[in-house]
Amino acid sequence: MLQLENVSKQFKNSFVALQDIDLTVQPGEILSLVGTSGCGKSTLLRIIAGLEHPTLGHASINGEWVSAPHPSVGVIFQESRLMPWLTVWENVQFGLDAANQPDHQSITEQALAKVGLSAFADSLPRQLSGGMAQRVAIARALVTRPTILLLDEPFSALDAFTRANLQDHLLDIWNDDRPTLILVTHDIEEALVLSDRIILLRPNPGQIHREFTLDLPRPRKRTESQLQRWKDRLVEELNLSLIERSLTEV
Amino acid sequence: MSQSTRLSSESFNAPALGRRRESSQWTIALIVPGILLLLWEVLSRVGVFPSNLLPAPTAIAATLWELTASGELLGHILATLGRMLLGFALGTVVATVLGALTGYSPVARRLLDPLLQALRSIPSLAWVPLFILWLGIGETSKFALIAVGVFFPVYLNLMTGIQGVDCKLVEVGRVYRFDQFQMIRRIFLPATLPSYIVGLRSGLGLGWMFVVAAELMGASRGLGFLLVDGQTTGRASVILASILLFAVLGKITDSLLAAAGDRLLYWQDSYGAHR
Repeated sequence: MLQLENVSKQFKNSFVALQDIDLTVQPGEILSLVGTSGCGKSTLLRIIAGLEHPTLGHASINGEWVSAPHPSVGVIFQESRLMPWLTVWENVQFGLDAANQPDHQSITEQALAKVGLSAFADSLPRQLSGGMAQRVAIARALVTRPTILLLDEPFSALDAFTRANLQDHLLDIWNDDRPTLILVTHDIEEALVLSDRIILLRPNPGQIHREFTLDLPRPRKRTESQLQRWKDRLVEELNLSLIERSLTEV
Repeated sequence: MSQSTRLSSESFNAPALGRRRESSQWTIALIVPGILLLLWEVLSRVGVFPSNLLPAPTAIAATLWELTASGELLGHILATLGRMLLGFALGTVVATVLGALTGYSPVARRLLDPLLQALRSIPSLAWVPLFILWLGIGETSKFALIAVGVFFPVYLNLMTGIQGVDCKLVEVGRVYRFDQFQMIRRIFLPATLPSYIVGLRSGLGLGWMFVVAAELMGASRGLGFLLVDGQTTGRASVILASILLFAVLGKITDSLLAAAGDRLLYWQDSYGAHR
């Protein structure tokens, strides 16, 4: 179980990115953090990843305080961040050395097969398209068998078709091991298609504005009318969160 | 540039096309020098250039042949190459250690870099008298001078290369909880390689400059000695022959380094790799 207690983050330039965030995420849950830019959603993810430290409060995984990257956490960034000098195969294997996994070969093979890139094992990152590179990054995150997978706007740089494709793909992968997924996105539709729960953050300072639980069956059709209604509601809330903020500022 | 052309044509599986393009590039590159050489030869023969100051290309070739046949030339070349190799190795090793240290550790950088930058602003030839005083006129002072020349470009490129490593890649290493050693071996080392190789190549270039300086200041063997010898005995053809040999040796060693670099940097997605 992942818990955030009273998390606040103030940067050195005194900008308050997050204020008093309390959040509990159940194992196997798919949670989206949604908000406009500057609402601190990426910072929150980085705190959970152990890449950044909160100024106040703390994140904990199974009761253990997060002070550095936790072994059971995998991260997928907005950019694929593949090592350009390694082949696809070597990139997928990248995290295994450190994690001391016994059966490298077959784990790598499985991960590559899962993202459908077995045929590209010997390619170099520069030869891949953006979508393929991001799939390799997903495979790289999977090999350490994380129980919590953090995704920081993972598909935002991709075209709409590839994005929808990878979203479906991510759900398939999730279905195998059912890790906790925490997804930062500014794409409301993405959040609606994937999540059990959506946390709406508002900026300045970053705070939780509203929380929505979606108990719709998956896979969800993007064109479904129920999803459309949800979308309207969320967009409205998002606008509200901004208006409220500017009102209090006045 | 010809090396990178070859590399890219291989990776696109069109070696035949690449080879043809490369050979045509070579022919084009030879046109202007060929014309100039011909002009030089003709003007020397007609007597426009005085032969004691600017001998004809064929005369230089004859001198080269004489020197080779007598076995003298090989000795000079080996002497120069030997000095170069040792000085280069010495400068590179020291530069690599210090560059890695200052690039990786902020404390070491604050401690050492200002001093090294100050030393860098001394024109390296200014060390000559001091080195001779300290180390004598023999081989040791020559190694030292060449090493000083090689040191700075290698040091600077390595340090800035390490500092320029993409922190986004380093973050991936952090997520996988790499220790310092793994971080260096798996991320910093390969990521720094491109600028390190640039440093080695410019270090080599400077090394050649300093080997000439070292041999000019007093040597009984080597191509630099041949230069001085040609001057004192009034044989312009010997001077020109030595200059030519310096050019050839410099080009060969640089090409070797460049080829090694291309082999190591096959993964780079750069403008140069796609031409």
